[in-house]
Amino acid sequence: MIEFVHELPHISMAAEVLFHVGGFPITNSLVATWISMLFLIVISLVFTRRMKLVPSGFQNVVETSLEMFYDGVAKVRAGDKANLFLPLAGTFFFFILLSNWMGLMPGFGSIGFMVEHHGEMEMVPLLRAANADLNTTIALALLSVIGAQIYGIKVRGFFGYVSRFIRVGGFVAFFKGLVGRGPRQGFNALLNAVIDAFVGSLEILDEMTKLLSYSFRLFGNIFAGEVLLIVISMLLPWLAPLPFLALEIFVGYIQALIFATLTLVFVSHAAHEEGH
Amino acid sequence: MDVNLIAALTIVLGAITPAAMIGRFSTEAMRSLGRNPESGPSISANLILALALTEAIAIYALVVALAIKFVQ
Repeated sequence: MIEFVHELPHISMAAEVLFHVGGFPITNSLVATWISMLFLIVISLVFTRRMKLVPSGFQNVVETSLEMFYDGVAKVRAGDKANLFLPLAGTFFFFILLSNWMGLMPGFGSIGFMVEHHGEMEMVPLLRAANADLNTTIALALLSVIGAQIYGIKVRGFFGYVSRFIRVGGFVAFFKGLVGRGPRQGFNALLNAVIDAFVGSLEILDEMTKLLSYSFRLFGNIFAGEVLLIVISMLLPWLAPLPFLALEIFVGYIQALIFATLTLVFVSHAAHEEGH
Repeated sequence: MDVNLIAALTIVLGAITPAAMIGRFSTEAMRSLGRNPESGPSISANLILALALTEAIAIYALVVALAIKFVQ
């Protein structure tokens, strides 16, 4: 006899708080973020001491994965500025990849303690996928968008970069033509100047929608994946979760790749000089 | 209306257009791959990018559906 359980285990969109440190809540996804950070920091410190010119062992693994990302993604998307943007995009890629895949490990979401919540006992997991928390993804998205502005200012200079949003060049040229300090321009030029200024304001809107889309794309994929795995494991715990776990491994990789690629694309767009 | 019904409808309706568009992108990509096999890596890279951007729209619908269902 197959019995279908029709009560879902407690799934909460917000990450569950484990404890407080001086009033600041520490959530289970924050702990997972720290573990990812620790892993990456330790690996990068350990494997850059006594670097061998011809790598072997794990240094080889580190170099190969970085090279795959650099050749396959960074140079393709950013061209000659790949070295400039690699620290940001590469960190995004490896951090998000590690966090996503770690969230699939046994123990994440399943080991926890019971807490009374709204009159019922519920389980609070000790660990949760780092990107299954909107806070993490918004933080990453903020870093990406603000990083793009910083790189833009660094490459184009402050006024060069601001001129991406406030485009008065067309108006200046037109009025110079009116007073005779430059070539006379037809009303077509004025129209183009107006449209150009409008496009500049659209660019600001673009940056803000990027913030939203980065965070929700990553959060949606990872959180929905977690919900999917929980539900499937509840309905058919034997063998059925396997293809879904494979899917989640794939999705974790793709989302890390997409986040890094889009960061590279938009940072290059912000930092490329006018007139290309 | 039942909460479950609204959540289900949200994701179902929200996934129709991204699904259709992903199909169209892939068709055109396959077509241009067939026409010009040399530009394979370039086409694939841009296809993945476009797919992720369209897929994000469906993910937004999913997030809204999950929020409707699980956030009291």
